[in-house]
Amino acid sequence: MMTQQKTCLDPVILNLWHPLGAIDEVAACIVVETVLLDESVSFAVDEDRKVFVWRSRTGLRPGDRFHQLAVDDLLPARSAYGYVWTSLGTPSDDIFPIPEYAEADRRKLNAATFGVNVSAPRAIENFLDMGHFPYVHTDILGVEPHTEVKEYDVEISVDRDEILATRCRFYQPMASIASDGGADVEYIYRVPHPYCSVLYKSSPLDETRMDVIAVFLQPLGEERIRAHMMLCVLDDTNADKIIKRFQQTIFGQDKPILENQFPKRLPLDPRAETPIRADKSAIAYRRWLSQKGLTYGVIPVAN
Amino acid sequence: MITLYDYELSGNCYKLRLLMSFLGVDHTVVPVDFYPGREHKADWFLKLNPLGQLPVLQDDDLLLRDAQAILVYLAAKYDTSDCWYPRDNPALLGEINQWLAFADGITGTASAARLHDALFYDFDIEAARAGAHRLFRILDEHLWFGEQEGRDWICSAAHPTVADIACFPYVMLSEEGGISRQDYPAIRRWCDRVKRIKGFIVMSGVFPAGPAKAA
Ligand SMILES: N[C@@H](CCC(=O)N[C@@H](CS)C(=O)NCC(=O)O)C(=O)O
Ligand SMILES: [Fe+2]
Repeated sequence: MMTQQKTCLDPVILNLWHPLGAIDEVAACIVVETVLLDESVSFAVDEDRKVFVWRSRTGLRPGDRFHQLAVDDLLPARSAYGYVWTSLGTPSDDIFPIPEYAEADRRKLNAATFGVNVSAPRAIENFLDMGHFPYVHTDILGVEPHTEVKEYDVEISVDRDEILATRCRFYQPMASIASDGGADVEYIYRVPHPYCSVLYKSSPLDETRMDVIAVFLQPLGEERIRAHMMLCVLDDTNADKIIKRFQQTIFGQDKPILENQFPKRLPLDPRAETPIRADKSAIAYRRWLSQKGLTYGVIPVAN
Repeated sequence: MITLYDYELSGNCYKLRLLMSFLGVDHTVVPVDFYPGREHKADWFLKLNPLGQLPVLQDDDLLLRDAQAILVYLAAKYDTSDCWYPRDNPALLGEINQWLAFADGITGTASAARLHDALFYDFDIEAARAGAHRLFRILDEHLWFGEQEGRDWICSAAHPTVADIACFPYVMLSEEGGISRQDYPAIRRWCDRVKRIKGFIVMSGVFPAGPAKAA
């Protein structure tokens, strides 16, 4: 049964860092198993929060106690933004920066890790799209008649190799759990990794600062992901579980939309879908993936 | 004073939010971090429900678990129209309870498949999906024959009952467990009718009915 499983051959994707799980949610030194790019991998976090990742092996099963000596061929491993990251190829030294994560007064949480039957690029594209707010997140992130996506700027930053959308604005009845009413909210979107996006939105608490919400997508396969939702927000009143619940409610609304995308992989041909679905940031994202020669989770342009 | 121990993404909790909305009954909600926190297995929660399951409802001194049991209680106590759980109609009560048990079967199959796919529960996914399809086939036929007889709801009444509420959430959320409703047209029409009941509210993952079809 397992022998016919296809594996990822896309070097761009193989060489990237990918998230596996939230560090706070695993017991120290206990083996956890998950899947990455159709391969079974295991990880453990020791008492000093050092992280270890390896291709799953018969001698060390989920729930077992982890001993570093038991694994002689560890995969690259990093701890970043509260998650374990690994790579099945030769990764760059560093994972993309999120400088705000170092600010001591922010709440840093994994809102949840959800399994979604969709490709990672489709999920990133949905994350970038403000147009769905009034219809999918009614009375929270949008409400009729405030449906217009106002003009915003998109650039592909060459030196940082990431997409940046700025000057995005949207009227939101309840921009976050810390909001006390509707407000015009400013957004900045970054796509610093083909399968990860970081958004910044005005903080209801401090008009000079922004909340940071990131989605880190772990590709289980080409059409199935684990979506890790990282929050790094200003909130001095709500309990963790209340902040998480707000974000989970929003993600739960997106989930059926994501799972009904057809085709599940993202078509990179600019003519494949109508420009309404693929708006400005989506067009830049698709072009950026094309330029990278990415093939995993997408339908590449035929040539 | 009614308190519901609640998790937003739980279809079983949604059953109670839905009935209380239909009845216009006020309540407060205590959020439980079901996922990822597993707070329903915490000591304080096990004192409320030793089964470690949501939902739990407290009404003054009465503490109840099990969504179906709570639906029965709330309707029997607060439904002044006596439609949702008609206390003086033995045949209908039997029928309603038959479908309440069926609804728990939907939880055991369709909801299990969703927990597997979305929250990584270690369940036999093929068995869960096959079980859900078996129940959906039975429900679809039942609803289809009902439509032929002019019956819009699960039980033999001219109005919906708590049986409709109990079966609705995990049918509606089935696709998150990889269970398509494409082959169940009578179920799809019934879902649409439920969404048009006055006082209907959504949960995360369930959308309101589309605009009514032009006559
Ligand atoms: N028969 C119960 C089933 C409740 C149930 O399965 N609840 C889920 C959440 S929706 C739960 O708490 N599961 C945890 C467990 O069973 O351990 C009911 O209808 O209330
Ligand atoms: Fe959304």
